[in-house]
Amino acid sequence: MDLKRTVKFEADRDPEFARWVSHTVGGERIRHCLQCGLCSGKCPLSLYMDYTPRRLMHLSREGFKEEVLGSTSIWLCTACYACMVGCPKSINVTHLLYALKQRAIEEGRYPRRFAIPVMARQFTEMVRSSGRITESWLIVRVFLRTSIWRLLGMSGLGLKLFRTGRMPFKRERIQRRAEMDTLLHSVAATRKELGL
Amino acid sequence: MKYAYYPGCSLRGTGRAYEESLLAVFRALDVEVEEIEDWNCCGATTYMSVDELTSYALASRNLALAERDHSEIIAPCAACYLVLNKTQRYIREYPDIKLVVNRALDTIGLKYHDRVKVRHPLDVLLNDVGLETIAAKVKVPLHGLKIAPYYGCQIVRPYSTFDDQGNPTSMERLLEACGTKTVRYPLKTTCCGGSQKGTLPNVGLDLIHYLLSEAQKNGAEVIATVCPLCQFNLESFQKEAGDRHHPTEIPVLYFSQLLALALGAPANTIGLQRGFVPIAPVFAKKEIAYA
Amino acid sequence: MPEISDLSGPEAVRVGFYVCHCGTNIAATVDVKALAGYAAGLPRVAVSRDYKYMCSDPGQALIEQDIAEHKLNRVVVASCSPLLHEATFRRALARAGLNPFLLQMVNIREHVSWVHLDKKAATEKAQDLVRAAIRRVSLHKPLQKRRVEINPSVLVVGGGIAGIHAALTLAEAGKQVYLVEREPTIGGHMAKFDKTFPTLDCAACILTPKMTAVGSHPNIKLWTYSEVVKVDGYVGNYKVRVKHKPRYINGDLCIGCQECIAACVYKEGKTLDEFNLGLSKRKPIYLSFPQAVPQKVVIDRDTCIEFKTGKCKKTCVEACGDRLAIDFKQKETFEEIEIGAIILATGFKTFAPERNPNCGYGRYPNVYTSLEVERLINASGPTGGEVILRDGKKPASVGIIHCVGSRDVNTNRWCSKVCCMYSLKLAHLIKEHTGAEVFNFYIDMRTPGKGYEEFYDRLLDEGVHFVRGRVAEVSDWAVHPSEEGKLVIRAEDTLAGFVRRIPVDMVVLSVGLEPQADAQDVRRLFNISCSSEGWFLERHPKLAPVSTFTEGVYIAGACQGPKDIPESVAQAGAAAAEALALIDAKSVELEPYTASILEEECSGCKSCIPLCPYQAIAFVEEKKKAYINEVLCKGCGTCVAGCPSGSIQQNFFEDEQIFEEIEGVLAYA
Repeated sequence: MDLKRTVKFEADRDPEFARWVSHTVGGERIRHCLQCGLCSGKCPLSLYMDYTPRRLMHLSREGFKEEVLGSTSIWLCTACYACMVGCPKSINVTHLLYALKQRAIEEGRYPRRFAIPVMARQFTEMVRSSGRITESWLIVRVFLRTSIWRLLGMSGLGLKLFRTGRMPFKRERIQRRAEMDTLLHSVAATRKELGL
Repeated sequence: MKYAYYPGCSLRGTGRAYEESLLAVFRALDVEVEEIEDWNCCGATTYMSVDELTSYALASRNLALAERDHSEIIAPCAACYLVLNKTQRYIREYPDIKLVVNRALDTIGLKYHDRVKVRHPLDVLLNDVGLETIAAKVKVPLHGLKIAPYYGCQIVRPYSTFDDQGNPTSMERLLEACGTKTVRYPLKTTCCGGSQKGTLPNVGLDLIHYLLSEAQKNGAEVIATVCPLCQFNLESFQKEAGDRHHPTEIPVLYFSQLLALALGAPANTIGLQRGFVPIAPVFAKKEIAYA
Repeated sequence: MPEISDLSGPEAVRVGFYVCHCGTNIAATVDVKALAGYAAGLPRVAVSRDYKYMCSDPGQALIEQDIAEHKLNRVVVASCSPLLHEATFRRALARAGLNPFLLQMVNIREHVSWVHLDKKAATEKAQDLVRAAIRRVSLHKPLQKRRVEINPSVLVVGGGIAGIHAALTLAEAGKQVYLVEREPTIGGHMAKFDKTFPTLDCAACILTPKMTAVGSHPNIKLWTYSEVVKVDGYVGNYKVRVKHKPRYINGDLCIGCQECIAACVYKEGKTLDEFNLGLSKRKPIYLSFPQAVPQKVVIDRDTCIEFKTGKCKKTCVEACGDRLAIDFKQKETFEEIEIGAIILATGFKTFAPERNPNCGYGRYPNVYTSLEVERLINASGPTGGEVILRDGKKPASVGIIHCVGSRDVNTNRWCSKVCCMYSLKLAHLIKEHTGAEVFNFYIDMRTPGKGYEEFYDRLLDEGVHFVRGRVAEVSDWAVHPSEEGKLVIRAEDTLAGFVRRIPVDMVVLSVGLEPQADAQDVRRLFNISCSSEGWFLERHPKLAPVSTFTEGVYIAGACQGPKDIPESVAQAGAAAAEALALIDAKSVELEPYTASILEEECSGCKSCIPLCPYQAIAFVEEKKKAYINEVLCKGCGTCVAGCPSGSIQQNFFEDEQIFEEIEGVLAYA
């Protein structure tokens, strides 16, 4: 029997993370969480998560950063808002999940070639350069960088989409594309100035 | 009144039938729309996951553009509808976000005054046009076609401005005015998994399967949707889900396609040919005449 | 008006000024020594002191001594809110032989030291207020409190367990009690319960003896099917108008034999039975439940054929025979009573679960509220005590969902206090009646009363499944074959750490408690307040839970907030005791803040008369002047402000006094 000892000392907590959680958008009321479990009960993806949304709330507010940013939960959330709408303490669960996901991406906490952050990067890059998303190219780019096999496996579907006129390969571009970069730079600058 | 029209990226791709049919509906009902000039991507859920502040700035460019000539925007895509609404609210509630957004817009010569309302086509059709007007213009009755009304998440939660969050009925009411029958569908607001089918295939497949099998079990002949991603998920992976659990064969249409058909638009102008599960046998069985 | 001159001479005003430190409450922010020094320099101030606790015995003694030694004829105390110690200092003045109304208090705690941080500014503000008070008090006149007699009868509104207990307590003390209940019978919610926690006493068995005691007590006038429609007057002297709704039965002649019900032309009931919460049907002529008090039937005119068509065979009248108790011509009547005190015991209503779409109530037939289940398991209920579902089946598995409507910002924020206990009770009773597998879905288990935790222990031995998790959804959507045809409850089992789907035959919703639907109307009728959540407001949540801010009106039971039966009974006894304390004092002193007409100036325009909320102003025809009845006047000041010619003056709030105070505040130059 391979037994592992699990006890959490105060040194295992990250107070900075806990503070960040309670100040980030979505985490304002996290101290009010009663751990009732309604969020997990409603969440259609909670069945697949290692830490249910409820556990994630408590782990986050206590500052157990490793568990939280290493969990599958933040990647499984589809932002369906069922949790937030039902929460009896008005906690913005979905928005907190967004914040955790952003932080995980920022800190590079995900396996290599994991589709979600790859998708995120390709998506934002396409918006920056063209102003709009061309689905066909987005899918191609993501699968090229994650799993070519999957891409090939989806070729049947791709063909169907193309034949029914739902998969144009012509790039959608806005006319004033440069405005995208300008907006991004402005946001970055103001953010730095305000220390956000 | 002319509404500003914000199609969003999906309606030019996988959701093409949605745009075609919706514009046909608007034409038939004399709802004037004008596409927002040079609109950009709203960011959807993906950009929100990466960088919320930038997402608000990108979305508000569209709000500012629309505001110049219009007082209301129609946003058919569920994700766009949610993002635009959320952007408006957060700009109102958080001074920091307002500051960032206003400065960013300023650098591209735009201003946002919070003067434009974001609306969903269901809202406009139900409340501005009205069920009576629509019912009177029905040319092709839908002969009690049994539909499962599938709303999905994002037009209902969290900012449902025009329908009940727990039990929305706007879609049913519109479609029943055209002669359809609504079947019981307890999963009408349960998530389809969104983009998880692409990134985490097995998870997505389960969610899709439940939605399909429950609709079929309750006797639905068509699932009516409001969201391009839901529509894509439910029809594209129907066979795969069927192989893994048990088979279903049920076409998935946009509510606007059914509406446009009822109002007399020719079938090939409303994207009926773009679906993956054939609709013709269902229409034939119900003797629904469509050109 | 006394001469406002220097400090000498017999008519001169001599003010004693006292500022209280109140420990550090005032002294930490306001420089009390400087304030005393400042006051000492003001005109007409003969003595100026500061002291740590003015309200203490030595503090009061200071004032009394100074009055004697320095011949003070006015006193100003700068301290806390007058609500706390105005009476204390007035008594001190009275003991020293000075009229108590020659006192003015300045609130430099709640109005200054507790709300400002800047010490300099706070002290300056205190100076302004003190200066104003000294100027005002100089114009105070001696006033006399009035004594009015107290009518020893009491009105109890609401015939549930609280109202019943209050009525009996007062009646035993020899007082005349009027118990008004709007349903045809007393008993309230408790009459609907099967057993009560934690003893599992049969509710009817412990309630009905009290009900019959009420019905037969010589000191209690029991008026059921009646409502209060108007309340006039004031503490000790209320005039109440009661409406008696027509039962269409002569109460004196009906003996409760119920032959009329059996004989009714309706062979079966067709109207949803209110007492059984719609789980069974009743006829238009009915008795709420077998042990109803009074044992008199009622006819519901909305469903009775005689009222609808006028052509009924009236087999009921036939069955009644020569008792002749049925009277279709009965009309609603009104009665006026005079009473001294009022106890409101109007109870609660349960949360309407339709407001929570996820719980499935109304959507699925086998979803019940807890109150409906009480009727099902009750032997005198619609199914004779058998737990039979709406589709005729007996459940093999039951889910009991706690906190429906409670502890939720989307519905009611509060915890309804009794639901955990009654959920445990229902778990026990359902298991006893059906042998079904029972699951209780809870968030916290709240069992704080005497014997309550022990009751929980008992349940834990009985094999009930306890799942800690707020239920997300009740639906009939089946994923697993074992779920087909059942209601599936989906919740996270938070203690286990994963989501569970539990199929059951029957769902019981433990609905929370809410204020009655017409609580606002009732509180306006009796001139009391409600909390922001809608419960009747007590004078103090800790120290005065059964009295209100309206003297002579008391509250008891669930109308004040969610509570169980022992607490309701305790509050009823407390309210009765406080009413007795009031009554047995035989008279009550009224503050002399009454208004009076300055006859020479009154033009007889009658503008004041409709303004008075207490109808205290009359018009004297012979003199063509208004006249204020001092006994009815409550000193609200409306007529004083409303009189176009300024011919009404109010004791303690005379125009000159107020202007002097204003000028005092503004004279900071």
